[in-house]
Order: sequence, then structure tokens, then C-alpha cells
Amino acid sequence: MIEQVAFLLVLTLGAALFARRIIRLRRGLAMARPSERHDQPSERWKVMARVALGQGKMGGRPVAAFFHVIVYVGFVLINVEVLEILLDGITGQHRILQAPLGGLYTAAINFFEILGVLVILACVVFLLRREFGGINRFNHSDLTGWPRQDAAIILYTEIVLMVALLVMNAAEAALPDGHAPFVVAQAIAPLFAGLSPKALHHVMEGAWWFHFVGILAFLNYLPQSKHFHIILAFPNTWYSKLDARGRIPAMPAVTREIKAMLDPSYVPDSAESPARFGAKDVQDLHFANVLNAYTCTECGRCTSECPANQTGKKLSPRKIMMATRDRVEQVLNEPENTQTLLDGWISREELWACTTCNACVEACPLNIDPLDIIQQIRQYLVMEESAAPASLNTMMNNVENNAAPWAYPQADRGLWTTEN
Amino acid sequence: MMEALHVPTLAEMTQRGEKPDVLFWVGCAGSFDDRAKKITKAFARLLQRSGVSFAVLGAEESCTGDPARRAGNEFLFQMQALANIEVLQAYEVQRIVTTCPHCFNTLKNEYPELGGSFEVFHHTQYLQTLLKEGKLKVEGGAFKGKRIVFHDPCYLGRVNQEYEAPRALLSTLEAELTEMRRCKKQGLCCGAGGAQMFKEPEAGDKDINHERAEEALSTEPAIIATGCPFCNTMMTDGVKHFEKEGSVQVLDIAEAIAQADEL
Ligand code: SF4
Ligand code: SF4
Repeated sequence: MIEQVAFLLVLTLGAALFARRIIRLRRGLAMARPSERHDQPSERWKVMARVALGQGKMGGRPVAAFFHVIVYVGFVLINVEVLEILLDGITGQHRILQAPLGGLYTAAINFFEILGVLVILACVVFLLRREFGGINRFNHSDLTGWPRQDAAIILYTEIVLMVALLVMNAAEAALPDGHAPFVVAQAIAPLFAGLSPKALHHVMEGAWWFHFVGILAFLNYLPQSKHFHIILAFPNTWYSKLDARGRIPAMPAVTREIKAMLDPSYVPDSAESPARFGAKDVQDLHFANVLNAYTCTECGRCTSECPANQTGKKLSPRKIMMATRDRVEQVLNEPENTQTLLDGWISREELWACTTCNACVEACPLNIDPLDIIQQIRQYLVMEESAAPASLNTMMNNVENNAAPWAYPQADRGLWTTEN
Repeated sequence: MMEALHVPTLAEMTQRGEKPDVLFWVGCAGSFDDRAKKITKAFARLLQRSGVSFAVLGAEESCTGDPARRAGNEFLFQMQALANIEVLQAYEVQRIVTTCPHCFNTLKNEYPELGGSFEVFHHTQYLQTLLKEGKLKVEGGAFKGKRIVFHDPCYLGRVNQEYEAPRALLSTLEAELTEMRRCKKQGLCCGAGGAQMFKEPEAGDKDINHERAEEALSTEPAIIATGCPFCNTMMTDGVKHFEKEGSVQVLDIAEAIAQADEL
């Protein structure tokens, strides 16, 4: 009985803490302008199924994709077992599903155990790859301090959680009256052979509690970690940009103004004007930008494909996403802080180095769009501050005065037809 | 020296009471840049030889606004776009072909929202259709045995998912087609996009076009083919940087095909 009460207390505490985290996330998201991406729901579900559930954009890097899918499937399926943990914890029983499911139960746990071993293996591979793989995107200057630790914490935690699960089963398998006829458990049970039945019970229960509390702790760790992508990948891909990749959405206020200039009889359908053209801070971005930032898993695929970053420029699309997220968190933590995303977190030098090549957008396995943020801040710089580099101002003056980015007269556009 | 091309403007054709099948949108580089003008002329010759009825806007053409928009100047972009749409609609233009992937992207993807919906083709797509219809015939002989590597323009490939048309055209040249490691979806930008063409690059270890030209040269090509006047400039400069201009040519696909046909 006491155990059941303790279980419920811990569970409630874990759930309440997580709910607080989610409320905080929603406050972060609500900071941005609302999303207009509610159209074509069936297409959105399809993109979500393909990219998030089906890992559709991971294929470019087969080794990473292979181990990632193991951890991903392992994570999702082994959590089915959490269901039993909950039921056992609430009812105070042990392996409540074993008797009713019979052979099916043994098969399922066998499967989970093997998957668990594979997950441990994959996490070890990932840790080694990060540390010794000589992979630029992991040794990159974006990832110093916390982001680097975060990656390691996640991998170690997953290993520890899986080990706890296997130890629990193995300790039970080592008991004379244990009912744990599972492959991995049986294989490692001899390790516990020297222990008394009482000690084995303790190990078993200890591991059970460890796994349960561990899962709750991990759940609460997610929202401040890049690992939040395991949940946010789903809504994030749902809010993907569905229209042509090369389309920058038009600003309606600008359209109205120009139409009125060109045609004095034009009656605008609305007089709404944005508080600010483009984005200076996170509040000027739109919902999907901030969701992107919270979802970013800091894998650096975008940065490793970025032509500016590959040639030593300061711009890194991954850093754009990390800066956006950090700035949103800063607004939540220190509302009085007057730093802004532009200049405070992202420099002009970075913004002007972008070629708008879309390589980052293509590379992101989660359909994150760093270019959208870059583009909106450039709009702010040019439209609100007239702060483009001088050479770009020359280009724009030319477009305005003679309809080409260079200073050639428009009347000469057809000259090539008469030249030889 | 080749003869001057006599390409009619839409105004002239309209005056004669004629209507072309397609409008050739030449773009700013294609109109003014000496290197790009060669691409423009090569493509116009291919259209003429295929018997396509086409016209240009001439002095009525204006920048699509792409570099202004990507630099962040939405106002200037829309000024250009709305004015262009007015001209295009006044002539009842329905089909547009262009040799510039940036014009292509803007006309195709960004004008509809502002009221200008047209059927827009990149010239490699258009040439591929002419080839399929048997209107364009390519004699591959001149390039036989030469190695060609194609550099994907970002705004044709990654942005508009057209990887096939340029390659299909190149394959008619009976040349040896090869690929760079970073090609198609992973094609590395030449460094010109997003208005970079009009400014100095930010500080770094290397210019992007040098990085890309180096990769292209590592395939030991006789020809680096492109489908964009800006990529062409960037790759030409890159090849010069490595002092390979004597042995490696940078050609637009339209130029390669026109050369094959001795046009
Ligand atoms: S669009 Fe900009 S940030 Fe993204 S990869 Fe290209 S240059 Fe880098
Ligand atoms: S934006 Fe996408 S590709 Fe870039 S680091 Fe984040 S998750 Fe990886």
C-alpha cells in the first residue's frame, strides 16, 4: 500500500512538473505572431507521417540513419512497457499483463530486451562518433558548453535507463521462483548468481523504481534540451511550409501601399499595418519559427551543407536556430532584458553572408527553416533601418532607377538583339 | 562573326496583330552582362532554329525584383513585381521562358500571390520539351568523348526540384557526363544567390565560388556546364582563379547545344 501511495505521489509530481514545462513552452510559442499554416490539413498529416514518423529526411546519412532508427523505434516501443509499469504501480501488482497475455507477453518482452541491447549499442556508437568520429558538425564552434553536455547527458541517460530495465529482468530471472523467461535476462542472470533471494528482490525493485523515476526525470529534462525533438518533431513537421520552397510570402501591407500609389482609385480591403516590417526580435517572428527553434536537435546537418559556413564565414544556420531558442528563453526568464535577437544574438555579419541557397532547409531532417528567420531579419534591416551593406544599396538604387541591378538604362535592354 | 538576331519585341508583334507562343524573359544579366548575353543569343538561336514563335519585352522588361527581395527590400520587390505583372497582363502573356533560374523562381512562385499567374519555364525545361517534340535536333558529335560536369543552380535544383531537364539535354551531346560529390539536392551554391552577386563576401577562409570551382575541376572536366548566368560568372571566375581557363570551358547548356549545332 505504501508503495502504491509513493508511486502515485512520484507520478503526480512528475506529471505536474512536466505540465508546467509545457505551459512554459506555450508561453514561448505565444510570443510570436500566430501561424497562418492551418490550410491543407490532410497534406500536413502526410508530411508529418513521412518526415517525423517515417524519418523520411534521414536517408542522406545512412550510418546515422540506421542507428537513429534503432534508438527511435526502441524509445517508442519500449515505452509500451511503461504502460505496464504504470498499471503495476497503481495496482501494486507485479507484471500485471504477464498472465493474461501469456506467450505473447514473453515474445513482446523478448523483443523489447533485444531492442534495449541495440539501443545501448547505438548510444555507445553515437557517443564514440561524437567524441572520436572526426565529424565536423559535432566539433563545431556552435557546440561548446551546454549544447555539448546536453548531447552527452541524453545518450548516457538512455544507456542507463535501458540497463536498468535489463537488470530488473535479469534479477528476476536469477530468482529461484522468478518468472522471467526472457532471452537477455536469462543471459545476464548468472551475473547475479551470488545474491540471496532477498538481495535479488531488492535489486529488482530498485531497478524498477530507478527506471520509473528515471523516465519521469528524463521527460522533465526534455523541454530544456535538444532532445525535445522526439516530441516536437510531430507538431513541427505538421507546421511545415507547404507552398513552393522559393516563395517568400508577400507582405500585404506593402501590396496595398503600392497599389494605392499606382492607382489612386484603389480601395484597400484592410488598413492593417504590421508594427514592424521584418523581424528584429523573436516577437516579430511567426509561430513556426519559434516552434522550429524549440524543435532543433542541433545536429548541424544544415550548417555542414551551408556554403557560407563551409568557406569559413561566421554564418551557421544551426546557430541561427539555437540563438532564436535562447532568446525566447531569455524573454521568459528575464522579461526586463532589452537585448534583441538581432545584434544581441545574431550579428549582421552572419545575416549578410547568406546566399539564400536553401541548402539548410533541404538538409534539415525536421523540416526546420533557418533561412526564413534570416530573411525576416534582413527585411527589418533594410525596411526599418535602411542598414543594408553599401554595395547592396547601390544595387537597389539601380533597380529603382533603371530597372536593373546595374546602372544600365532600361531602354538598352533589347540591344543584344541587334548586336552581332 | 554571326549575324544579328532579329528578335521581335512583344510591342512589335502586337502591332502586326501577331501573338507569340512564348515570351522570352531575358533578365538583367542576360540583357546587359557581356558573358550572359552570349547565353541569351545562343538560346534565341535555338528557339529560332526550332521554329518557335517568340518575342521579348525589350525596353519594357524590368528587373523581376528578386535581388531586392532577397536583400530584404520587400517594398522595392513589389514595386517591380506589380509593374511587371501589369505589363505582362496588358500583353495577355500566358507562357514565359527564361534563361535565369532567379527570374524563373520569382515569376513562377512569387508573382501568382500578387496577381500574376503564368506558365513559366526554365530554358532547359523548354529545350527538353522541344527535343521531345522533335523540334530541336542535337548533333552530339562536337562533344564526343569530352567530359562535362553540371553545376546545379540552387534556384533551379534545390528550390524548384528540376534536376533532370539539364541532364537530359546534356546527355544528347554524346559527351561523358560526370557528377560532383555535392550535386543535385546537395549541390553547393556558386556563391551568387541572395543578392551576394552584388556585394563583397563576408570574411572567411575562402570564396564560395573558389570552393565550388575547385570541386568541379577535381572531376577533370573539359566543360563545366551551368544553367544560370550568375553561376556562369561565378564558375568562370573560379576557373580563372585556378588558372584553368585554357583547358576548361564554362558553358551554359544552351551554349553547348548551340555549339554542337554550330549555330
Ligand atoms: S540558405 Fe543561407 S544559411 Fe541556409 S545554407 Fe544557404 S547560405 Fe547557409
Ligand atoms: S535546423 Fe535542422 S539540420 Fe539544422 S541543426 Fe537543427 S535539426 Fe539539425
